[in-house]
Amino acid sequence: MIKNYFLLILLMALVTYIPRFVPLFLFSKANLPKWFIKWLKYIPVGVLSAILAPSILMRENQLNFSIHNPFLLSAILCFIVAAISKNIFLTVLIGIITYGIFSLIL
Amino acid sequence: MTFEDKTSNDKLNDFLEGIKSAFPIVMGYIPIGITYGLLATRAGLTVTETILMSLMVFAGSSQFLAVNMIEMNFDFFSIVVTTFLVNLRHLLFSVSLALKLKNSPNFIIPIASFLITDESFAMSINSIEKHKCKYCYFLGLGLTGYISWFLSSLFGATVGFWFYHFDVSFLDFVLPSMFIALLVLQIKTRRDVLISIVSGLFSILISCFFAGNWNVIIATLLAATMGVIIEND
Repeated sequence: MIKNYFLLILLMALVTYIPRFVPLFLFSKANLPKWFIKWLKYIPVGVLSAILAPSILMRENQLNFSIHNPFLLSAILCFIVAAISKNIFLTVLIGIITYGIFSLIL
Repeated sequence: MTFEDKTSNDKLNDFLEGIKSAFPIVMGYIPIGITYGLLATRAGLTVTETILMSLMVFAGSSQFLAVNMIEMNFDFFSIVVTTFLVNLRHLLFSVSLALKLKNSPNFIIPIASFLITDESFAMSINSIEKHKCKYCYFLGLGLTGYISWFLSSLFGATVGFWFYHFDVSFLDFVLPSMFIALLVLQIKTRRDVLISIVSGLFSILISCFFAGNWNVIIATLLAATMGVIIEND
C-alpha cells in the first residue's frame, strides 16, 4: 500500500525528466557527426508513424482492419484531407466530425 | 525603433506563434486532462496530489497508468519503473530537438526539456524551422500545452463529476488526426513514405510482444536506421 503519494510523484517526475533533459543538454552544445544528423532527420516520420499505426489499427489489443473500426475510417479521410489541404486545423476538424459520425453509426 | 526593440519584438512574435499553434493540442488535452483528474481523485489521490502529478510529471499516458496501478495497490517501485519505461521515448524527441535548439541560451534548455511531449514535439517539427527564435516558439507551444494540461486536470479533480454524464468521446480523435496532419506534412519523398510504413508495421508488431512504449522507440530506431541505409545506397 502506498501512503506517501508525494514521494511517488516526485520519483515519477524525476524518471520522466531525465530522458527529456539529458540528450538536449548534451547535444545542444556539441557538434554532431553528419551521419547522426542524417539519422535524426528520419525521427519525426518514424515517431509519428509508430505512434499512429497502433492507435488507429489496434482495438483492445487486436488488429482491426474492418469497416466497423471508426478510427480506421476517420484516419483514411484525415489522410486524404491532410494531403490535399496541408492544413492541420482543417484535418483535425474533419477528424472530429467524421469520428463523431462514424462512432455513432458503426 | 532601436535594434534591440526589433529583436525582442521578433521573440515575442515567435512566442505568440507557438501559443497559437498549440490550439489543436489544447483541444486534445482538455477532455483527457478532465478524465485524468476525475480518475485520479477516484483512485484515492487528493486534489493536491492529482494536480501535483500533472504539474511535476506532465506526461499523460504515464499518469493514467500510475493512477491505475495505485488503484490496484501496486508497489511503489513498479509504478516508478513503469513510468520510466513509458516515458523513455522522450529521449528521441530530446535528441531531435537538440539540433533545432542549438543556439539557445543556457537557461532555456532545462525548461524546454521539461515541456517535451509527443504533441509539442510533433507540432514543433512542422513549424520550428520557420521561426527566427526557435526556443521562443517552442516555449510558447510547450507552455500552452502545460497550462492546459494543468487546468484541465484541476477541473477534472474538482468539478469533473459534473461532466461525468456528458459524452465527449467524439474528441478521442483530436490528437490522432493532428498526428496524421503532421505526418502528411513531414512526408516529402517516396523514401519517407516507405519509412513511415515500415515504422508503423514494426510498431504494431512490437506492441503485440512488449508492453510500455517500447514499440514507439524500437520502431523509430529501426525505421530511421533503414532510412540512412537506403539513402546511402
